[in-house]
Amino acid sequence: MRERSHRTGPGNPARRGPRPVTGRNIGGLNSPRNGLRARAAQADSRHVRKGIRALIRIESVTKRYPDGTVAVDRLSLEIPDGSVTVLVGPSGCGKTTTLRMINRMVELSEGRILLDGADITRQPVNTLRRSMGYVIQNAGLFQHRTIVDNIATVPRMLGWDRGRARTRAMDLMERVGLDAGLAKRYPYQLSGGQQQRVGVARALAADPPVLLMDEPFSAVDPIVRKTLQAELLRIQEELGKTIVFVTHDIDEAIRLGDMVAVMRTGGKLAQFAPPDELLSAPADEFVEDFLGAGRGVRRLSFFTSAGLELTTDPVVAVDASAAQIAERATDDVPYLLVTDADGRPLGWARAKDAVGGEGLDAAQLLSHGRPFEFGRDSLRDALDCAVLSPTGWAVAVDGDGRVVGVASQETIAGAIRDAHAERKGSADRKAAAGAPGGPGATGARRTAR
Amino acid sequence: MSIFHFINAFFSDGSHWHGYDGIPTRIMEHLQYSFMALGIAAGIALPVGLITGHTGRGGNALALIATAARALPSFGLLVLMFFWLGIGLTPVMIPLVALAVPPILVTTYEAVRTVDPSPVDAARGMGMGPAAVLFQVELPVALPLILSGLRSAAIQVVSTAAIAAYVSLGGLGRYVIDGLYQRNYEIVVGGATLIAGLALAMIALFWLVERLVVSPGVRRGR
Amino acid sequence: MSGGAGFFDIPSDLQHTYLGLIGEHLKEALIPVAGGLALSLPIAQLCVRFRWLYPPVLWVTTVLYAIPSIAFFVFLIDYTGATETTVMIPLTVYSLVVLVPAIVDGVRSVPQETLAAAEAMGFTSMQRYLRVELPIAVPAIFAGLRVATVSSISLVSVGSLIGNEGALGNLLSDAHVFHRSNLAVTSVVTTAVLAIVIDALLIGIRMLLTPWLPRGSRSARRASVDAVTGPAPEEARPLEEAAR
Ligand SMILES: Nc1ncnc2c1ncn2[C@@H]1O[C@H](COP(=O)(O)OP(=O)(O)OP(=O)(O)O)[C@@H](O)[C@H]1O
Ligand SMILES: [Mg+2]
Repeated sequence: MRERSHRTGPGNPARRGPRPVTGRNIGGLNSPRNGLRARAAQADSRHVRKGIRALIRIESVTKRYPDGTVAVDRLSLEIPDGSVTVLVGPSGCGKTTTLRMINRMVELSEGRILLDGADITRQPVNTLRRSMGYVIQNAGLFQHRTIVDNIATVPRMLGWDRGRARTRAMDLMERVGLDAGLAKRYPYQLSGGQQQRVGVARALAADPPVLLMDEPFSAVDPIVRKTLQAELLRIQEELGKTIVFVTHDIDEAIRLGDMVAVMRTGGKLAQFAPPDELLSAPADEFVEDFLGAGRGVRRLSFFTSAGLELTTDPVVAVDASAAQIAERATDDVPYLLVTDADGRPLGWARAKDAVGGEGLDAAQLLSHGRPFEFGRDSLRDALDCAVLSPTGWAVAVDGDGRVVGVASQETIAGAIRDAHAERKGSADRKAAAGAPGGPGATGARRTAR
Repeated sequence: MSIFHFINAFFSDGSHWHGYDGIPTRIMEHLQYSFMALGIAAGIALPVGLITGHTGRGGNALALIATAARALPSFGLLVLMFFWLGIGLTPVMIPLVALAVPPILVTTYEAVRTVDPSPVDAARGMGMGPAAVLFQVELPVALPLILSGLRSAAIQVVSTAAIAAYVSLGGLGRYVIDGLYQRNYEIVVGGATLIAGLALAMIALFWLVERLVVSPGVRRGR
Repeated sequence: MSGGAGFFDIPSDLQHTYLGLIGEHLKEALIPVAGGLALSLPIAQLCVRFRWLYPPVLWVTTVLYAIPSIAFFVFLIDYTGATETTVMIPLTVYSLVVLVPAIVDGVRSVPQETLAAAEAMGFTSMQRYLRVELPIAVPAIFAGLRVATVSSISLVSVGSLIGNEGALGNLLSDAHVFHRSNLAVTSVVTTAVLAIVIDALLIGIRMLLTPWLPRGSRSARRASVDAVTGPAPEEARPLEEAAR
């Protein structure tokens, strides 16, 4: 069940109505290794970052609190433009401190932080903060203000007139998936998940190039958290912000991050890498422990199912004639996948039973399990389907739920081997060429969301 | 004879309704003393409470001051001020203000200090300055508690303003003091009823003010 | 006729020495607080047990609290005459009015898990009340007691207006009558010192009773706010909820 919700794609139609075409995720859009495509996506969005490059460079920064605690120790990080960088690590490792040094809620003790090449202390602190959205754990909504007024806070501070600020707030409510009917409510009349959406909308209100998020989703239940994560990614695809996201949940980090900075207690950086690399090559034992079990399987999330060789041999329509069935039910095919007239899967039939019978009995089929979306879902999803399937075969469907083929566990295992080999090859080439970028071998970044 | 009889007699006596000793005049005097004292006390205690609450510092000093001020007996202070300063508003204002400051001060401090820190953090992170944070984020949320401090002060001031009559000032206390002196129980009870009524009116007033100034988002679900 | 003119030369019409007046004052101030406490414990317990009872009780206490002491005294003269009792009844009511909400809020602030744990250990409801709820409510109760005591000590003086029933307050009337301002000073200073001493004593007792609390703890201060604002039917609860 958890695996299921794991793969719930961005956009839950039940909640939000039709998904905009740009919201469609075809992998790797904003990956730093995929810079070109990321730029292109940003150019599409209406709220482009007004030409400001929001690269944040943390240079050998140390934070020593007055009581002597060293919360962050000579940390250097380059936070890439227009992508999600996640700071993750055990409690008390200095994630919040790092984040808050960026908007100067905490003043650093040593080192410096550059925003777009300029030291952050060069501009007035409140100007700096207004150029960065800030989202915190419990949303921190103003309970005395309605939802629209909460969202309109920063635009109002920036001197927008009330009408414009409200219009903007209403736009954002829609963007974060909040019903316009909630506009006049007060925060206490909203669920925790809705409040968190308002928090995100409020941070986005003045269209800041940078978004700082401190465990924004940790106070909501796992299901809502998954939805919020998916929506954040969707919004990010549309807006292309530079997001610094703090969490202590490594799964969240892997799901959301283009880059993940794993920190260890004492405020030291343990590893800074894309999630795929983190999973395949943890820098040390600490990172490996922190990543936890099942790294190999989890890493499959980063391989697309697009290269999987499917077969349509066992697929028959429910109204197929006995002859057609007999033709399909060869020795290699112990089970037949029965589809309805539109090509949607109905279930598996034992080939032996089907042959010689009077057509197919839709009521006697074995469950086909949950199919995976070919090309969009990852190899991990495909493998999961195969493992859960009563026949050991995974059913691949297209975006409309029509069967495009089936794949056996063996086929999937082969694809996994190939993908690994190819990824390794590309990494080697990359290392040889010394190039930081280049699309991943199978290019299936984030198909697993 | 019950006190209700006296009350009835007092209010149905037409002569009690006009002149310098008439009920309207006395009520106005009483309100004047009360609101003046309340205004001065609020003028002192609100800023101090807001600032100390906002910075979260000085809470212990504040508690000490409030405790000391509470220990001062209002009636005694009034008589003493009368000896030292003579007849006038000042000797009345001093004990009344001393009475009203502690509740306003302590509640304001505590109300602002205990405001949920996360909206405050969010506000600072959005680039609000300290004054904006105090007035746009902390104050609206602290308002119900601050108002309860003001109300409590108002009730006590209205009650205690009655003793101003003891040092030859007006107000509703006049009826009680004069009545006691003249052994005219009807006037005494009538005056006491009016004072109690005024104190209850204060509760109603503050209830109304709260309805008007406190955001429904804060008042919620009471 | 009034003897000397020093601070401690008490006019003979008061029929008490200085110390006698102090004793009288303490009696008139503290008996009502004790009585108020004795009455408020069961009332508060009822309010905790039957939640619906609390709002109406709060409204009644709010109204009672708004009745000025002098008015209260005067209303009672008709029934109890110009006696100590007339002074002590209103003071009892005020104490009650401060203490009931303080105790109810204190007992209600006991975490649900704590109560569940006590129940699981097999405490009867009476044991639970005496051994768990009351001790945890001690800071709140003492905050209420402090306010009730201090205001009671201050208010006794007003009793002098209804005919020399004000103990140390009677010095004020005498100061007026004999034009001796030093008597007023004696009265004010003594009353204030009494209030501060008793207040400090209460703080001391509270600390003895609650060794588990850090000094000047948050809950104690919070309780003192509740006590200062007196009974309040609709105060601050959203604040507390929001703080969670
Ligand atoms: N104001 C402060 N004064 C002193 N020490 C502090 C202060 N704030 C944080 N620290 C310490 O600095 C270290 C890092 O704290 P920080 O809040 O950045 O951790 P974190 O990684 O965000 O942890 P969590 O996941 O629990 O939120 C901790 O050891 C903490 O105790
Ligand atoms: Mg943190």
